[in-house]
Amino acid sequence: MNKGLRTRKRQRMLVVITGLVTLTVAIFLVLFALGSDSLSLFLQPSLVKEKLASGEITYGRRFRLGGLVETGSVETLSDQVTYQFTVTDCAATVPVIFKGLLPDLFRDGQGVVTEGSLREDGVFVADNVLAKHDENYAPPGTLPVNTDACTHPESAGDGYTSDSK
Amino acid sequence: MIVEIGHFALIVALMLSLIGAVLPHLGAYRANDRMLAMSDGLAISQFLMAFIAFASLMHAYVTSDFSVLNVATNSHSLKPLLYKIAGTWGNHEGSLLLWVFTLTLFGAAVAVRGKYLPLRFRARVLGIQSALVLGFLLFILFTSNPFERLIPAAIEGNGLNPLLQDPGLVFHPPMLYLGYVGLSIAFSFSIAALIEGEVTPLWARWVRPWTLLAWLLLTGGIALGSWWAYYELGWGGWWFWDPVENASFMPWLVATALLHSAIVVEKRDALKSWTILLSIIAFSFSLVGTFLVRSGIITSVHAFAVDPTRGVFILAFLAIVVGGAFILYAWRAPKLTPSGLFGMVSRESALVLNNILLSTFAGVVLLGTLYPLFYEAFANGRISVGPPFFEYGAIVLMSPLVAALGIGPILAWKRGNISRAFQLTVPALIIGIVAMVLISWQTSGGLIMTGFGLGLALWLVCSITIDIADKIQLLKKPAKAISRLTSIRKAAWGMYLAHTGVAVILLAITISEAWTVEKLTALAPGETTKVGSYDFVFDEIVPIAGPNYSAVRGHFSVFENGAYIATLKPEDRIYTNPVTNTTEAGIHPLLAGDLYAVIGEAAQGGRWSVRLYFKPFISGLWLGSAMMMIGGLLSLTDRRLRVGAPSKRARKGSKTIPNSDTPTIVGAE
Repeated sequence: MNKGLRTRKRQRMLVVITGLVTLTVAIFLVLFALGSDSLSLFLQPSLVKEKLASGEITYGRRFRLGGLVETGSVETLSDQVTYQFTVTDCAATVPVIFKGLLPDLFRDGQGVVTEGSLREDGVFVADNVLAKHDENYAPPGTLPVNTDACTHPESAGDGYTSDSK
Repeated sequence: MIVEIGHFALIVALMLSLIGAVLPHLGAYRANDRMLAMSDGLAISQFLMAFIAFASLMHAYVTSDFSVLNVATNSHSLKPLLYKIAGTWGNHEGSLLLWVFTLTLFGAAVAVRGKYLPLRFRARVLGIQSALVLGFLLFILFTSNPFERLIPAAIEGNGLNPLLQDPGLVFHPPMLYLGYVGLSIAFSFSIAALIEGEVTPLWARWVRPWTLLAWLLLTGGIALGSWWAYYELGWGGWWFWDPVENASFMPWLVATALLHSAIVVEKRDALKSWTILLSIIAFSFSLVGTFLVRSGIITSVHAFAVDPTRGVFILAFLAIVVGGAFILYAWRAPKLTPSGLFGMVSRESALVLNNILLSTFAGVVLLGTLYPLFYEAFANGRISVGPPFFEYGAIVLMSPLVAALGIGPILAWKRGNISRAFQLTVPALIIGIVAMVLISWQTSGGLIMTGFGLGLALWLVCSITIDIADKIQLLKKPAKAISRLTSIRKAAWGMYLAHTGVAVILLAITISEAWTVEKLTALAPGETTKVGSYDFVFDEIVPIAGPNYSAVRGHFSVFENGAYIATLKPEDRIYTNPVTNTTEAGIHPLLAGDLYAVIGEAAQGGRWSVRLYFKPFISGLWLGSAMMMIGGLLSLTDRRLRVGAPSKRARKGSKTIPNSDTPTIVGAE
């Protein structure tokens, strides 16, 4: 009985130790991964300059840029699969270049989230573009910071969810 | 009128669930068998009421009754019938009604099929199940009533989000919900066991089939969703680590762990309280998933319209259910009788390792999913956790799992022989390592992960084959080997098949990641472009008219070395209600891989922007998932799992393999 108890304890100890080791490894892994590229900041155009100055983002560092597609800014380049447009939050703008098929719901004046990094000339090179899905869904972070400055009819409050501040 | 009947049925169901949640426990307290016996009838009548409610909502959708707010908001009279039916659950209110409907369905199934359970225990289980039904019905009736009238009635509905107008909507949500909600049974069984203070191997025998059923439906639901995303979204991707995808993946990971730990309880009477804990966690993840999707706290493609009161309600419900379950667990679990012992090297230990890795991974996914929330709350700004994080976690935690998967099933219960297991699997190890080195070397070091993935998958397939060959003594006594195949139990075949499915999925991921060819270009009709070894000829573009959309359809003929293979017909659709564009990819699956075409928009000079892919062995993803499901089905239909069936184990096991080191071959599942 005594021996049995001891082995049972030992067994429990082993299981607990293995569990703890795996957990520790996982936590280190998470910390390591969170430090690298997998974590991207979510910025609107007016914050980009500020964060660039404070060193929180650098050229080539990936982040997500969200805002509205400025009306009339969408252009197709000569290879016909590269697009150039301007993302605005009605306070500042950032030019974006994107090679690929634009999503179905990509439109002038609509909310958009782009993923990529800033080039030295200040152009945001996107490799992924997400657009608003339907009237009830807007990608978070696309609602303008200062809605008063927006003159576009489809601005704040229209089809955007209340949680995107 | 029918709508009012549905509404009324829902209220009756609420009353029934209230009684059903209280009566069994009262009956058990007073040891009143008549009260206990009433729980069956209550569960079945809850199901009938939920059925009436669900059917009447469906009726409103089919007849396009726009005097119902929910129908007017989400349907349209011109929609094809199939999508009118599926539209019933293509929205927040309707999908919750489906939740409750499946919850009562499982409750009724326990009442009907669970006659072999002791009355007291069955009544407890149904009591817990009724309490869950009660919570969801309160939620529906107070915050998301699908039967709310619209006065005056709308002339026409707003239409369904066109992205959802797809056969995927017909099967993906119901199957996923059956899986999610199926886990509620394991939860109710565990809570009932905690209240009764007893977990026996018999308990595991009851729980395992239900968990297995939920698991295989969850597997199917996730695979269908992934397939849907693959062909509908037109990015050629099949998994995006979207919060809602994660919400379905976490319960799947925990359910997989639960499935395996329940085996240990059943066979060895060990790991009891851990198994109880897992089943609580699995269902909690289902609820968390619902919370994430329904509350709008995390925005995603899957989110419906947001209403803050709903979020608060679900959060409160979550706190009561999960918090209550954990408190009960903390209070009662220490009183469970101590578990059976096992050695360091044993099947049990291998399954413990499986459990640790799977649940740690579920934890990592949870952290990655919720991290943006914490960041927003405590730091100033928004952040998103991208796929690299999850992929990194998957590689670090799932690789050891696959590696151990090759050895684990070979080890015996209680005390395994590690050196024998290694001896057996040496050929598999060699094949795996050679493949790993060869591929890494051939691709000049650029694709180390590819070599690693392929090596692991090959190792797994080979060691499964070796395991089977050893069980039938193919090398020792080849003459009778084939006839011995029939002596391997269905449950064991299920295990082999499901594990091979893991290897196939791993192969599909590795191969398609490494060798996908993508081409982005603008083409005019008549032009040809080369994608890998395939020539895509853009024949023509034609306008077409669907029932509630208009579209342009591109025709691409694909040739390989001049031989015609297939014609792809991708579409770009414009739906009228609401006005929305959607992309329909043109896909032709080959054994070697999928030919995939997406058409973009008109460019200058009569050209169209197109995206063409060759995705090698991508169908392995769905093939592997199907193998896992079939494996689950095989195991589910195994005789042994039916409680009450005479155990053939002792007789048959000793007869078929008299001289084997492993005492039985039945324990292999």
